[in-house]
Amino acid sequence: MANQEIIFAGFGGQGILSMGKFLAYAGLEEDLNVSWFPSYGPEMRGGTSNCSVIISDEPIGSPLVVDATTVVVMNRPSLDKFESHVVKGGLLIIDSDLVNREPERDDIEVIKIPAQTVAEEVGSKKIANMVLLGALVEKTKIVSMESLLNALKHHGKEQFFELNKKALERGAEFAR
Amino acid sequence: MAEKVLMKGNEAIGEAAIQAGCQCFFGYPITPQTEVAAYMSRRMPKVGRVYLQAESEVAAINMVYGAAGTGVRVMTSSSSPGISLKAEGISYIAGAELPCVIINIVRGGPGLGGIQPAQSDYFQATKGGGHGDYKLVVFAPASVQEMVDLVQDAFDVADKYRTPVMVMGDGMLGQMMEPVEFKERPKKELPEKTWAANGLRGREKHNIINSLFLKPEELEDHNNKLQAKYKEIENNEVRYELYNCDEEMDLVIVAYGTLARICKNAIKMLKKEGINVGLIRPITLWPFPTEAFEKVMDKTKNGFISVEMSCGQMVEDVALSVNGRKPVHFYGRSGGMVPTPAEVANRIKGIVGGAK
Repeated sequence: MANQEIIFAGFGGQGILSMGKFLAYAGLEEDLNVSWFPSYGPEMRGGTSNCSVIISDEPIGSPLVVDATTVVVMNRPSLDKFESHVVKGGLLIIDSDLVNREPERDDIEVIKIPAQTVAEEVGSKKIANMVLLGALVEKTKIVSMESLLNALKHHGKEQFFELNKKALERGAEFAR
Repeated sequence: MAEKVLMKGNEAIGEAAIQAGCQCFFGYPITPQTEVAAYMSRRMPKVGRVYLQAESEVAAINMVYGAAGTGVRVMTSSSSPGISLKAEGISYIAGAELPCVIINIVRGGPGLGGIQPAQSDYFQATKGGGHGDYKLVVFAPASVQEMVDLVQDAFDVADKYRTPVMVMGDGMLGQMMEPVEFKERPKKELPEKTWAANGLRGREKHNIINSLFLKPEELEDHNNKLQAKYKEIENNEVRYELYNCDEEMDLVIVAYGTLARICKNAIKMLKKEGINVGLIRPITLWPFPTEAFEKVMDKTKNGFISVEMSCGQMVEDVALSVNGRKPVHFYGRSGGMVPTPAEVANRIKGIVGGAK
């Protein structure tokens, strides 16, 4: 049974909502059930931002993820807030360039990626989110890399496609 | 088959209305439904229809009153405090027997409350809101797809009965994205709008639209006519879903909207522990699906639990439907707090006595 309940979290402007969207679109490419639910409200402007994405071959219950099979964090407050939400044996992906503490849990798998550095090497710090997303897809196999690239092709800006693709591939290397 | 697209609930409402032939949209921004108006402001002019941001919710609902009087399909949308402002207009529209669709993407109250998802407008939607003996047909979708289907049905039901119809979802349903398909819909046979105030068009006398009846005899006649119509709606338009209700059950949950999905997760969790729980999901909140209770009454050991994102509103209709035959329990969170499946499951274990 394919089922991933994911929380993406970071600062507004890091592309938190869009990395969730691309993953949801990739799930749709594979005809899986998907939901995407953003945090909405006063905390969005200049503050923390997060979204819940569920991809499953069963009908989706609550779109709000509480017990996450995977959590991706792009800042310290997000790690503080969501580390406890990872299920036992689940996956935590951290942008180690931006999170300045070690995770406390020892019952989960942790992948640390210097996503800002990697993204800069690829061409732009703005695509650090794609580096992390690449690792997530490679590790969880919830969708194929091909579906994710199709989602980017159909719903992303064309001029960034090659850059995004490179970022996804570099991220995937950290999960192998 | 039409292609599936990912859409936010709020935007899907807009597109569904446009495809249902909505000619006019009048609204006023309020979180968490603002994307409905934003979507309509982009799309309506492109398809040659009217989008107008009113100066207030009161103005918007009265624009709906006017447009509906001319016989065109019209919609407005808001969230809880905004719906309170519209309540007077809704009563007038019901009194004048005009069709329209009203969207409420509910946030926590009372007062300005908060902006997170809630279901605390159940009383307002089903028991009045405005003054007088009127009823609103209230649809409660549980997914973005169902939202699309029910918005389109809402226009048909409104036209068929000449009555306002509300589609009510919590903030989550407005904000979330899910795959949706805009299906080709068979054309419905609907009565011609011979009552519309749209010029003489060959008629000898012009039509007058009005909710004022100063003679008590006339007003009582009018009320009796409305009540007969509501009776017909109760007979024809009840909708609900039964989930996991085929076998003997330890308890039956009653829940609607997004929360019904959370309850389905709770039911799956409980099943693993040997506790069998069913679900009645009202899709129409009014008319309330009383008949659904008859189907499960003899099969539930510990009665019913109404699970709500409010302090206990639908539970009164549950109690009326059960009518003392079985116990009725309640579990609710409010203010924008969304219960988790585990919370619901724990509460149920407290009632049925844990794992067997």
